[in-house]
Amino acid sequence: MDITLKVNGTERRLAVDVRTTLLDALREHLDLTGTKKGCDLGQCGACTVLMDGQRVLSCFTLAVAAEGTEITTIEGLAGEEDPLHPMQQAFLEQDAYQCGYCTPGQIMAAIACVHEGHANSDDEIREYMSGNLCRCGAYPKIVAAVRQAKPLMERA
Amino acid sequence: MRPFLYEQPASTPEAIGAAARHVPPHGEGRIQAPAQYLAGGTNLLDLMKIGVSHPPALINIGPLRAEHGAIEADASGLRLGALARMAEAAEHPAVLRDYPAIAQALRLAANQQLRNMASLAGNVLQRTRCNYFRDPSWHACNKREPGTGCAAMEGINRRLAVLGVSDHCIANYPGDLANALAALGAEVDLVAPDGTGRSIAFEDLHRLPGDTPHLETTLRPGELITRFRVPAGPWTRRSLYLKVRDRESFEFALASAAVALDIGGGVVRDARIGLGGLAAKPWRSREAEAVLKGRRLDEAAAGEAAEAAFRTAVTHGDNAFKPELGRRTLVRALLQAAEMEI
Repeated sequence: MDITLKVNGTERRLAVDVRTTLLDALREHLDLTGTKKGCDLGQCGACTVLMDGQRVLSCFTLAVAAEGTEITTIEGLAGEEDPLHPMQQAFLEQDAYQCGYCTPGQIMAAIACVHEGHANSDDEIREYMSGNLCRCGAYPKIVAAVRQAKPLMERA
Repeated sequence: MRPFLYEQPASTPEAIGAAARHVPPHGEGRIQAPAQYLAGGTNLLDLMKIGVSHPPALINIGPLRAEHGAIEADASGLRLGALARMAEAAEHPAVLRDYPAIAQALRLAANQQLRNMASLAGNVLQRTRCNYFRDPSWHACNKREPGTGCAAMEGINRRLAVLGVSDHCIANYPGDLANALAALGAEVDLVAPDGTGRSIAFEDLHRLPGDTPHLETTLRPGELITRFRVPAGPWTRRSLYLKVRDRESFEFALASAAVALDIGGGVVRDARIGLGGLAAKPWRSREAEAVLKGRRLDEAAAGEAAEAAFRTAVTHGDNAFKPELGRRTLVRALLQAAEMEI
């Protein structure tokens, strides 16, 4: 099927098998490999992207069903020459990862968590970030990164 | 994942028309999969990926959200559009204020990404997480392949049901919202492929497994859920959802209780009680409700109600702990609800 996806502000045309998930369309068709495939079954959160500003799992979204929406991936947060997004900077400064594989999903989820107004306490951050697993166990530093980025995002 | 036809209708008549075109021929013992409506996809795509579900056609009803996604409340009750997303309903001011059991059941389910995607009707219709159902390498599963038996009976069944089970299936209904809707006496609005509408009691939406555990609902082929209606009542504000699970977040219930109480003059005028994680379908315990009516709600009364709720429980080894966990969960929920300031 021929479809058009609007990803990071740019319309991209691609031909996909109807079974293709948004995750595979991003990674295999559009070379946007920042979005990670972890479990591919909605259990780990590594594939989290924003769709019309809401965080969703791209592994459970058919590419054909994503037509007409605005998709934001980790690559869309800051251009090559731009400063990093405050959440990316906070993850760097707080050392909020070890292997880094879950990090793009964590960052996309964390940005949405702040926008939703669900980052008002450590407990609330932990609850609303529970869909993103980190097998290296960087959770305390992820909470610290969200806490650091929140006021910067609110000021921006 | 097997190939499927994909349709994206622009209206409800188009959607039910598409479903009608894909309804397989009727016949004795028909188990051929019909077309499936696709909303959030969080359960359907999961089941398609693991080889449990292989619909010949998907009809994407996501674009019908404008028509069936509203959440409205007035003096007569709460109306939840079938395509409203879990996250929307969980944070709706009227739901939070007047139907806290519904808001809590939603907020304690899944995680925010899934709640942003999943529709209310899709959530209600989610399939069991019984591992023997979800793993086709197990031959015996009457729910997946009628007549093959049940590997869970003598298998690892710690999470499975103790209420409403049969000799053919002990899978538990895994959801949360549905138990609150059952307790609160919700109604379900449906539209059939020929365009006619009907309403059924929420409690009649799901079937008990009996000897046909592969038939999970009373929906007719191609029928579409458009709305849930929750009647107002003096008990809805004094309501809560208590969920007990192995980990604190993003986990299904081992036991949960939806309770709603109308308390006046120190006694229970009316009680609505739902149970989750414990039963073969969304569960309302009228037995427990009857015990409480006209009584002062103290620990003894709550305990008697809990006894009544689990009188028919049947266990299968690993899940022998569940009736006691269920009773304690219900007692705690009732005592907490009685102390709510409303």
